[in-house]
Amino acid sequence: MDIQLTEEQHQVRELCRQFADSELRPNARRWDVDHQFPADAVKKLAEMGLMGVAIPAELGGAGMDNVSYAVAMEEISRGCAGTGVIMSVNNSLYCDPVYKFGTPEQKLDFLIPFARGERLGAFALTEPTSGSDAAEMRTVAVKKGNEYVLNGTKNFITNGPQADVVLVFAVTDRSKGHRGTSAFLVPGSVKGFTRSKADEKVGIRASGSCTLFFEDVVLPERFRLGGEGEGFKVAMQTLDGGRIGIAAQALGIAQAAYEEAVAYAKERKAFGQPITQFQAIQFMLADMATEIEAARLLVWRAAWMKDRGIRHSAESAMAKLYASEMCERVTSKAIQVHGGYGYVKEYDVERHWRDSRITEIYEGTSEIQRLVIAANVLKG
Amino acid sequence: MDLDGTEVQRAVAATARKFAVERAGPAAARADREARFPEELVRELGQLGLLAVNVPAAHGGSEAGAVAYAMAVMEIAWADCSLAVTMAVTNMVGETIARFGTEEQKARCLPRLASGEWLAGSFGLSEPQAGSDPNSMSTRADLRGDRWVLNGSKQWITSGDRAGVVIVWARTDVRAGNRGITAFLVEGGTPGLGVGRHEEKMGIRSSSTVSLVLEDCEVPASAVLGDLGHGLRVALAALDGGRIGIASQATGTLRAALDASCRYARERHAFGKPISEFQAIAFALADMRTAHDAARLMTLRAAALKEAGRPFGQEAAMAKLFASEAAQVAASKAVQIHGGYGYIDEFPVERLLRDARVQTIYEGTSEIQRLVIARHVLSQGG
Repeated sequence: MDIQLTEEQHQVRELCRQFADSELRPNARRWDVDHQFPADAVKKLAEMGLMGVAIPAELGGAGMDNVSYAVAMEEISRGCAGTGVIMSVNNSLYCDPVYKFGTPEQKLDFLIPFARGERLGAFALTEPTSGSDAAEMRTVAVKKGNEYVLNGTKNFITNGPQADVVLVFAVTDRSKGHRGTSAFLVPGSVKGFTRSKADEKVGIRASGSCTLFFEDVVLPERFRLGGEGEGFKVAMQTLDGGRIGIAAQALGIAQAAYEEAVAYAKERKAFGQPITQFQAIQFMLADMATEIEAARLLVWRAAWMKDRGIRHSAESAMAKLYASEMCERVTSKAIQVHGGYGYVKEYDVERHWRDSRITEIYEGTSEIQRLVIAANVLKG
Repeated sequence: MDLDGTEVQRAVAATARKFAVERAGPAAARADREARFPEELVRELGQLGLLAVNVPAAHGGSEAGAVAYAMAVMEIAWADCSLAVTMAVTNMVGETIARFGTEEQKARCLPRLASGEWLAGSFGLSEPQAGSDPNSMSTRADLRGDRWVLNGSKQWITSGDRAGVVIVWARTDVRAGNRGITAFLVEGGTPGLGVGRHEEKMGIRSSSTVSLVLEDCEVPASAVLGDLGHGLRVALAALDGGRIGIASQATGTLRAALDASCRYARERHAFGKPISEFQAIAFALADMRTAHDAARLMTLRAAALKEAGRPFGQEAAMAKLFASEAAQVAASKAVQIHGGYGYIDEFPVERLLRDARVQTIYEGTSEIQRLVIARHVLSQGG
């Protein structure tokens, strides 16, 4: 039993932490207020190999393991949660499935430049009237000869406004239910593909999301990722990994809020002493630290299992469920420790709290995670 | 990172598991009802090497390490929390003697504790008026010639009436405050060591909890454990490890609550289907499982750090706080899932709820754990 980071994983942590402190934290507040995509920071992430962390080096990635990826995600999100999700989507929801399900030709065009971070990917499963229930999907891809014609609408697509290619899920055979959906790699330049303006969000405002429209988009067969009818399998396996990314993001947000709460509590005085002398404050900080550690271990475990090729759906769901709900509690307590200052934009904790809220919703709501875990528990 | 555990760790856990399923589990409900100390089972634990898991083999221990120990306690607690705490305290006493004892003390005590020849070791720190704050301890030891004479009383002593040896803390220098406290090894049956009241407890009923009375209890100078005046160091080191034991116990309790709830929820029907198919029930099971896994990971992490010889005080406090609080929530949920059946002794969950309740109290209350964690947190600057 060894529940520590390796030397290499530790170095990844240090490198990412330094980058977050120097490049992300000083700018995150401005990006949030301006709803601004951090293009320069994303370019630097790419130079550090962080846009394809667990993709082999020969395919443009950094060739590291998934524990390193989780550690990197935590640290980047500690600096800026919006930047974190841009990274998570490109890594987990785009590069990972193309690596796992792509043909050698697809990997040349659709993986290498994305793992290098020269281009940006997105993942489009959710629709205006179908989120967690993929069986309700309306987007269709009708096969005509060697081509598919894609029609439909996808919304809440992170990286949607910037993406060079979007992994789109569509029904190819309605009669087959889950086994009747397929995945497609859709370049942003194809005719009939348009995007709405960016969504106005509560948090993670440095990342962009929008609605995507597909009107008679013609796709050659070679743009299909995985076999026909394999779309649901691609989506679910992808989300098992994606949930590790979001869990790590939640962890990073919570860690940032916690560190700021500790720093503030040490400086702030009340009734003649620093508020750290009061048990009400001490115990909040102790609970925050404890819950963060619990979440971190759940995240590391899921990533470790992924590295070993062990099925980890329930473990990813537990990590994501616990980390995201923990994050909301911890960021809320961080505001409480800050008092009135926690409620104004002079400090970062109000942003952390807003950023935390989405982690309980996207890539499977807490309710969906509980369904996944309960199914696993009751099976056993 | 390696979360599988070594072969030795898995073997110890499997041994404990087999004993839990075949021996401890079937006897637990009755032992609880009758508040009967399971002497025979304790001796069997000794034969299996589970009373001195992390004690050197040279002294009769299993020398399997802190992680194997934590895994074993989880398994035993899954079947019977009372037996788990009896086991945990004896292990803690053995480890403490192995760490601080002289060769002579180790040779005398450890083989007897490990084998079960002595049914238990006890830890005599708490007093009627001094629990979390040992500084207010009033038991004293006075030197008469070359012998120490102990006077005072100790409270909440697990297995105190069964112990072959009790580690007793006493003031050897009343003016030296915290630095005037010394640990002594007092063997069961020593004249002047009396057993007071047997506590009637709401949970962990088949473990024994007594008060001890020391009346001119004389021990030789060789009974001093560790250095004179450094008793608190001995106590704090033992408690750091002890917290891993209680965290393990709580994790086992949590698992028992989850398993019982799953079984019941699959069998019990309402409105034409098993209640496990209602989200209100299924989601409670999901939360219990998530809390269990987090508690287990935190506990094993603290144990792994201890085994690697690294600092683990903060991690042990976090594990103990998290696991014990989570076990209580889970046991309460388990009773809720069982409805009326959860409230009667036909099902194990009411016992789990009573057993879980003490876990946020003993070996440092949750409040003490938070103090320990906060102290670490504030000294690290986050």
